[in-house]
Amino acid sequence: MKQYATDMRTALADTLIQLERDNDRILWLDSDLMASSGMNKFREAYPDKVINCGIQEANMFGVAAGLSEEGFVPFVHSFSAFASRRITDQIFMSGIYARQNVRIVGSDPGLSAGPNGGTHISLEDMGILRTLPGTMILDPCDPVQLKAVTAQSVDRKGIYYIRLMRKSKDQFYEEGTSFEIGRASILKEGGDLSVITCGTVCVREALKAAEILEKEHIHVRIVDMFTVKPLDREAVLKAAAETGAIITLENHNIYNGLGSAVAEVIAEEGIRIPFKRMGVPDSVGEVGTLDYLLCKFGMDGASVAKTAKELIEKKS
Amino acid sequence: MGVKYQNSDELQKFADRIRLHAIRSMHASKGGHVGGVLSLCELMAVLYGKVMEYDPENPRMEERDKVVLSKGHCGPVLYSALALSGFFPEEELLTLNQDGGHLPSHCDMNKTTGIDMTTGSLGQGASTAAGMALGKKMLGRKGMVYLILGDGELNEGQVWEAAMFAKQHRLDNLLVLVDWNHQQLDGYTEGICDMGNIENLFRAFGFGAVTVDGHSVEAVEKAIVQAAAEKDGIPKCIVLDTMKGKGWSVTEGKTGIHHIGITDEMMAEAEKEFAGKEL
Ligand SMILES: Cc1ncc(C[n+]2csc(CCOP(=O)(O)OP(=O)(O)O)c2C)c(N)n1
Ligand SMILES: [Mg+2]
Repeated sequence: MKQYATDMRTALADTLIQLERDNDRILWLDSDLMASSGMNKFREAYPDKVINCGIQEANMFGVAAGLSEEGFVPFVHSFSAFASRRITDQIFMSGIYARQNVRIVGSDPGLSAGPNGGTHISLEDMGILRTLPGTMILDPCDPVQLKAVTAQSVDRKGIYYIRLMRKSKDQFYEEGTSFEIGRASILKEGGDLSVITCGTVCVREALKAAEILEKEHIHVRIVDMFTVKPLDREAVLKAAAETGAIITLENHNIYNGLGSAVAEVIAEEGIRIPFKRMGVPDSVGEVGTLDYLLCKFGMDGASVAKTAKELIEKKS
Repeated sequence: MGVKYQNSDELQKFADRIRLHAIRSMHASKGGHVGGVLSLCELMAVLYGKVMEYDPENPRMEERDKVVLSKGHCGPVLYSALALSGFFPEEELLTLNQDGGHLPSHCDMNKTTGIDMTTGSLGQGASTAAGMALGKKMLGRKGMVYLILGDGELNEGQVWEAAMFAKQHRLDNLLVLVDWNHQQLDGYTEGICDMGNIENLFRAFGFGAVTVDGHSVEAVEKAIVQAAAEKDGIPKCIVLDTMKGKGWSVTEGKTGIHHIGITDEMMAEAEKEFAGKEL
C-alpha cells in the first residue's frame, strides 16, 4: 500500500493552516483530544483559533453553534462515537434547526477504534447523522481526498460530519486529484460487479477483494462513495446498469449507513439485480485489532471476494 | 470476602502489587492509560483490601458494595485489584485487550467478572452509580456504591446532573471518589477546563466533602470509613489529591503520560524498580 507523506490528521491540520490564510474565521474546537486530533500543529500556527473546551462534547457543539451565529466557521472534534451519539440533540437543535454552520470531525470511525473497545466503536454515527435533516456526511479514505473535501466544505453552509481515520497514511489517489462533494469517485473499473464503499478501512478491503478476484479473471468496479449524504444516485444507477450486481461495504452498522442509502435508490428505481450490504450486522463492537474485527464481522477482503462471486453467480 | 490487610504497611504493599500487575498487564497489550491507572492504586488497595464487602466466589452477591469506575479507561487498575482479590486468576491480567478476550481496556460488566458497571464514555458512570444507589435504597439493600471520577471527567455536565440528583434523593450510600491527579488527556486541568476547588464544588452541590492525600492508604481508609458510616441523608465526596503516573519512575511527575506505549525494555526496568520494594 502506497503511503502518503503524512497521516490523515496531519493532512487535516496542514489544510486548515492553509485555509485559515484566506478565511480567518475558521476555528478548531476540541474536547481534550488535541493530542489525538493532531491539531497542536494548527494551534502552533494560529494559537487564537483553537479552543480546547475540555471533556464536554455537548457544550462544545452548542458553543460552536453560537460561534457560527457570530460568523465563524467552527470545526468541532471528538472521537466519532462521542461526536455523534453523545451530542445528537445539540446537533439537531442548535445546529440544524437554528440553521448554523458547524463541521463535526469524528475520529477513529467504526471498527478503527478497536483498541478502545465497544464504548468507542461508532457503528451508528453515520446512521444518526443521516437521519438528521440536511446534513452532509463525508467518509474520506486518504489524505489527498480529505484535504480536497475539507477545503470544499469550508465555504458551504450547514452541518458537515467528517469521519477521520486519523492515524492512517494509506494513499489511494494521486496528489492533486480533484473531488466534488456529492460525486462518487471510481477507484477501479470493472464490469462484473460493483463494490460501493467509503472510508479508509473499507476501501482498503475492497481493493484486496478486487485483487483476489482479478486472479480469477473477475473484474469488479470499486465506487468510492466518500459522500455518504447526499448520495450520488447517478453513480449507483450506472453501477447497476453497467455491472449488474452491487455489494456495499461500510465500516458501520449495515442499517442506516451507506448500504441503506444505496438500497433506497435501488428499490425506488425498481432495479432487480443481485445486491448485498456488507458491514457490521446490527451488533456492538468489542475490543480487538482491526483485522480481527473485520474477520469477525465478515468484512475482510476475502469475505468480500467470496460474496462477490456468489452474487455474480446469481446474475441472470 | 476478599483478602484483608491488617496494617497500613501491608496495605501499601498491596497497592504496589496492584501497580506492578497493572503495568505488566498494560505491557502485555503494548501500552495503556498508564497515568490514570497509577494514580488509583492506593484507592484500589483500600477498597478491595480493607473496606469493601464482596465475595469473589459470589461476585454478583446482591448486598455487596459496588464500584463504578467511571473513568473507564483505567480498567487495568481495577482488573489488577480484582485478580489479586481472587475474582479471576492473575495470569489473565496478561490477556488485556486481546482479540476475543475478557479484559477490554475500558470496563465492561458483561465481559469481566467483578466489574459492576460498564463505563468508557466519560461522565456516564456518575448517573448509573446514582441509579444503583437509589435502587439499593428503594429495595432496602445494604452496600455502598463507590463512584470513581477523573478530575478531567468533571468537565462533563452529566456529572453535575448526577450530583444534583444524588442530593435530591438523599443518596448517602453513594460515595464519590475524585481522582484529582491534576491532569487530563491534553495536559494540566488548570489550563484546559479548570474546575477550581473540587471539594467546594461538591459542597455547593449539597455533598459532604473532604480532600485527602490519595497516596496515603491510612488517610484514604480513614476518610472512606467515616464517609460510609454517616447515614445522614447527605451524599459524600472524597477528593483524592494524587499524582498522575504515581509510583513508576517513567511516569511519576511527568506530563504526556495519559496513554503511553510500554516496550519490553521499559518492562524489564520496571521489574527491577519494583523488585526493590520486596512485594
Ligand atoms: C465522553 C468522552 N469523551 C472523551 C473521551 C476520551 N478520553 C478518555 S480519557 C480522557 C481524559 C480523562 O481525564 P481524567 O478524567 O482526568 O482521567 P485521568 O487523568 O484519571 O486519566 C479523555 C478525553 C472519553 N473516553 N469519553
Ligand atoms: Mg485526571
